[in-house]
Amino acid sequence: MTPLLQARNLSLPGRLMDVSLDIYPGELICLVGPNGSGKTSLLHALTGIGSPAGEVLVDHVDPRRLGPAQRPHYLTFLPAARDIAWPLLARDLIALGGGGAPPDALALDDLLDRRLDTLSTGERSRVLIARALAPKPKLLLLDEPTANLDPLWQIRLMELVRSEVRDNQRAALVAIHDLDAATRYGDRVLVMDGGSIAVEGLDGEPVARIFGIEKVAGAWRPVSPLADRRSSP
Amino acid sequence: MTRATALLLALALGGAFLASLALPYGDLAGIYRQDTGLATTLLIELRLPRAALALIYGAMLGAAGAAVQALFANPLASPDLTGTTSGAALGAVITAYIFGFAAPIALSVGSVAGALGALLLLLALAGPKAETATLLLAGLAISALAGALTTLALALAPSPFAFYDAYDWLMGSLVDRSLAQTAFAGIPAALSFALLLRLVRPLDSLALGEEVAQSLGHDVPSLRRQVVCLTALGVGACVAICGAIGFVGLVAPIFARRLTRSHPGRAILPAAMIGGILLLLADLAVRLAPLGRTLPIGVLTALLGAPFFLWLVAHMRWRVAA
Repeated sequence: MTPLLQARNLSLPGRLMDVSLDIYPGELICLVGPNGSGKTSLLHALTGIGSPAGEVLVDHVDPRRLGPAQRPHYLTFLPAARDIAWPLLARDLIALGGGGAPPDALALDDLLDRRLDTLSTGERSRVLIARALAPKPKLLLLDEPTANLDPLWQIRLMELVRSEVRDNQRAALVAIHDLDAATRYGDRVLVMDGGSIAVEGLDGEPVARIFGIEKVAGAWRPVSPLADRRSSP
Repeated sequence: MTRATALLLALALGGAFLASLALPYGDLAGIYRQDTGLATTLLIELRLPRAALALIYGAMLGAAGAAVQALFANPLASPDLTGTTSGAALGAVITAYIFGFAAPIALSVGSVAGALGALLLLLALAGPKAETATLLLAGLAISALAGALTTLALALAPSPFAFYDAYDWLMGSLVDRSLAQTAFAGIPAALSFALLLRLVRPLDSLALGEEVAQSLGHDVPSLRRQVVCLTALGVGACVAICGAIGFVGLVAPIFARRLTRSHPGRAILPAAMIGGILLLLADLAVRLAPLGRTLPIGVLTALLGAPFFLWLVAHMRWRVAA
């Protein structure tokens, strides 16, 4: 099977170091890492923001060569920032993002004809997520999609993304801080550190070293200060 | 904007333009009965440039205001509040009174350069996606600086009448301009307007945020350069001929977005039409007001625009508080 996304030697000066990555059809990949480890930079580079060096192919096409009419069918990007300056209608916002019908599972029927400034933060987030999903892109790039959502919607959203990806042989790369959600929903979990992909999977020592946390009796806790003191000079 | 609204706006614009040509009707009709030739000359050489300039300048301010507001994602960005018109006025004053080039083309070039300088300074000071406070403070600083430098340039000018000369023009005036001067404002403004209309879609996409606009395939840095250069060209050329006229560029886009369901790019066309209507009406009011002498039109737009601006600021504050 050929990868849906082939990224080679992606670099953004000072933020992303030579990242290569393959994602296969049907895969949901979770991207975790401490603040400043390069998750957003990787999503930016795949989107073409900031003139990254390196190659990106989505289904054999370099999306950076596509204009606004085609690009949303190849990839869409949901940034972490959820503020929109203008009081657009939810329906218009989705149309500006490349159109298409938002997934029923987001339950937007009552929100579509409302202005963004009349929505709650969570409702607005659902509309912005719908904007990224509606064009049915081959590759979904989501930065912290569950931020601002209540627990039920966090679960619904991640399950929606997983089924969209699996049922239609598309792919998603999701940056997320919740390590348990990453393990639960991700077909693979990539851990970023210092601008590159440090390790795959969340088991054992590398995670403790990168995040400074460890799992004790089923809960994440800071790595014990005693162990810390012993390892530092 | 629906077809009906567009038609209505076009009718209002045409009506205001014709009214501007025809009013005050009595004087013109009286002269026409005595001397047809004189009346025609009056109409073509006095009233036509004035009406055309009101239309051109108003439309340019509306379009530029809409484009700048879309670019900064901020409803308080406008050519006057951000210092663009003051920069243009400074450019023209330096060209005319310090370098002594009074030809219309030289004034236009100086004015456009001044506007461009002010906009670039604003981008450098406030950043591309400016918070309202930063944007207004940077604009205020640029306006104040340009204003002070304009006064300085006039004080240092070799001509002792510089102040008196420049006063009417600086306050914004459409009176006694020739058809040639109208063309000097109109041609760059038309060019700027036509090219700004090409940016409607990318500016609408920018409403989704810079990152999303870029992810959709829009070249945002290039978009920013184009809006800055086109605004400077159009507004600068108008300021060179008619001086600085405030608040139309702030008010027109705000009304226009009500017609485009808040789409900031699509608002450029209706903002131009509303700006044209506003300035034609303001000029009519100045002309028909029984004051004995003509008020500079910039004074009237400021008198009407400033309270609207105050209301807007208070309204935004209430909304933030709520």
